[in-house]
Amino acid sequence: MANANTTSPIAEDDIPDEPIPAMQQLLDNPFLLLFIGIAMPTVLYIIWGVMEIVGIPIAK
Amino acid sequence: MAVNRMFRICPSTGLSYHEPAEKLIRWNAVAGVVSLLVGGILALLIILTRWQAVHLLPPDWFYLVLTVHGLDMLVFWIIFFEIAVLYFCASTLLRCRLAAPRWAWTAFVLMVAGALINNYSVFRGDSSVMFTSYAPMGAHPTFYLGLILFAVGALIGCFVFFGTLVLAKNEKTYRGSVPLVTFGAVTAAIIAVFTIASGAIILIPTFLWSVGLVDHIDSLMYRTVWWAFGHSAQQVNVAAHVSVWYAIAAIVFNAKPMSEKVSRTAFLLYILFLQLASAHHLLADPGLTSNWKIFNTSYAMYLAVLASMVHGLTVPGSIEVAQREKGFNNGLFEWLRRAPWGNPCFSALFISLIGFGFLGGISGVMMGTEQLNLIIHNTIYVPGHFHATVVIGTTLAFMGLTYFLIPTLFRRELMFPGLAKWQPYVFGLGMCGFSLFMMGAGTLGVPRRHWDMSFAGNPLGYEFPGMAYLMMALMAICGLAAIVGGAMYLLITVGSVFLGKKIETPGFAYVRAKDGVAPTTRPVEVAFETHGTNIGTAGFAAPGTFVLAMVFLVAFVLYYFVNWKYLSTVWPLS
Repeated sequence: MANANTTSPIAEDDIPDEPIPAMQQLLDNPFLLLFIGIAMPTVLYIIWGVMEIVGIPIAK
Repeated sequence: MAVNRMFRICPSTGLSYHEPAEKLIRWNAVAGVVSLLVGGILALLIILTRWQAVHLLPPDWFYLVLTVHGLDMLVFWIIFFEIAVLYFCASTLLRCRLAAPRWAWTAFVLMVAGALINNYSVFRGDSSVMFTSYAPMGAHPTFYLGLILFAVGALIGCFVFFGTLVLAKNEKTYRGSVPLVTFGAVTAAIIAVFTIASGAIILIPTFLWSVGLVDHIDSLMYRTVWWAFGHSAQQVNVAAHVSVWYAIAAIVFNAKPMSEKVSRTAFLLYILFLQLASAHHLLADPGLTSNWKIFNTSYAMYLAVLASMVHGLTVPGSIEVAQREKGFNNGLFEWLRRAPWGNPCFSALFISLIGFGFLGGISGVMMGTEQLNLIIHNTIYVPGHFHATVVIGTTLAFMGLTYFLIPTLFRRELMFPGLAKWQPYVFGLGMCGFSLFMMGAGTLGVPRRHWDMSFAGNPLGYEFPGMAYLMMALMAICGLAAIVGGAMYLLITVGSVFLGKKIETPGFAYVRAKDGVAPTTRPVEVAFETHGTNIGTAGFAAPGTFVLAMVFLVAFVLYYFVNWKYLSTVWPLS
């Protein structure tokens, strides 16, 4: 299990001061990912699909 | 209210278990295995009915049993185990106390109640509506109520997981980014939230319809929204079992991901695109345009497929690199020949990976192509595909992880270790044959859910070729082998957990954490920090995996184009 758990509590001064890349900031933010992960399929699959069904003319 | 900060250190793995989290992981895993037991017994009855020479059950019982089997296997077994995996990845891997254990217990109680109510509803005989429960085919209100309660419980479990991530960050139990395995669990939890929300959107109105408060449920609307729940639930499995692959590679080999960036980006592709593949269930439905169908199943789904191929390359690649680091560096495949094939954690992982990729992955892409889908739509090819993904991919990976969890989490010695060595082979290879022959029969047009493929007594009969009956018989024989493998798993796990010899640890105690961080008895060993430079051949660190990937791509391309050729024979143009 060693490398699945490579994290350890460490002193603050061990953390490098380099700026964190934007992509890593995205990947480190679970709530932003949660928002994206819900918004994408909601818009592209559910809303788009429901709009197409609603647009089907009703038989008379 | 006092916060429980008691932790236990596993002496053999160095993992830290928060006391409430440990109990919750155990109970969720046990509830999952009980669901697997019920679903497995019912699988035997289904197999013996679809095997035309036996044809065991009458139609009403067949559809009842098929409904419970689908729900227990695709929903209850998998999601109980996934909640256990989420708590493990957040609390244990981040060495952090579990957020809101009382809410986690509430979630567990709701899930158990939901599963029981749903099963009761089907077994009483008036809710044999299949896993999909397509409206306007109505079930008893308790059927939907059970599913809703279960979904609410699972949603609470997901937010306990996210809360634990916040706690871990605030209490600084890790630095930088979460481990890759935990990141995979984040991916699974995100897809789970979308899945459960979609289920609520469609199942709550359907429940109200079943009690007479809503007078109409549009069938196409139901199918569209329901599949955002039904198929995405299986995508939660994909993200979870890929995380388990990475975990087992680390457990067995101390393997380090070949590239954290690439693997995390692949998980991001899952978050963005994996759920959209739900549309492939609607490819034959009128009313939805080809724009919607093709965007969701082709353009977007292929990016998720790309992610799966990345994981399929990097997991064995990381194992190969770890093996080569240990000296198994000769030729293309010494690392694989010298792998611990007698370790059920590893053999389960490897069969899961190969079966998921070659059988489930390739067939999934074929099915997701609008034109090709018409060849096999609603045939038994479809369960052939998802038994390859969910059973070989997910269930077998979870089985492999169980062999690791029994000594470390349940503190019991594994019973029947000789049987455990064989279990992944019997189950995995049985399921490979089962899926393959199902897909073969589906290609010949055998319907997926029909009780009697001979259509005896029907006014509009159809005579399938003898090959279709042979395929179904071979499917049944392989299915029986898989059931034996499943029974071996249940015997080993249930026996070990309840009757296995307790692992005694001198001086065992739960100790209080300092500032939220679990204490450690010794530093976690790391096999190597960077990959060596003198391994591999021809500039490749993992040449064997590269060759395997090329074999996969050739199989993929050949199968894809063979199906286009087959389609052309179905629709003669001259």
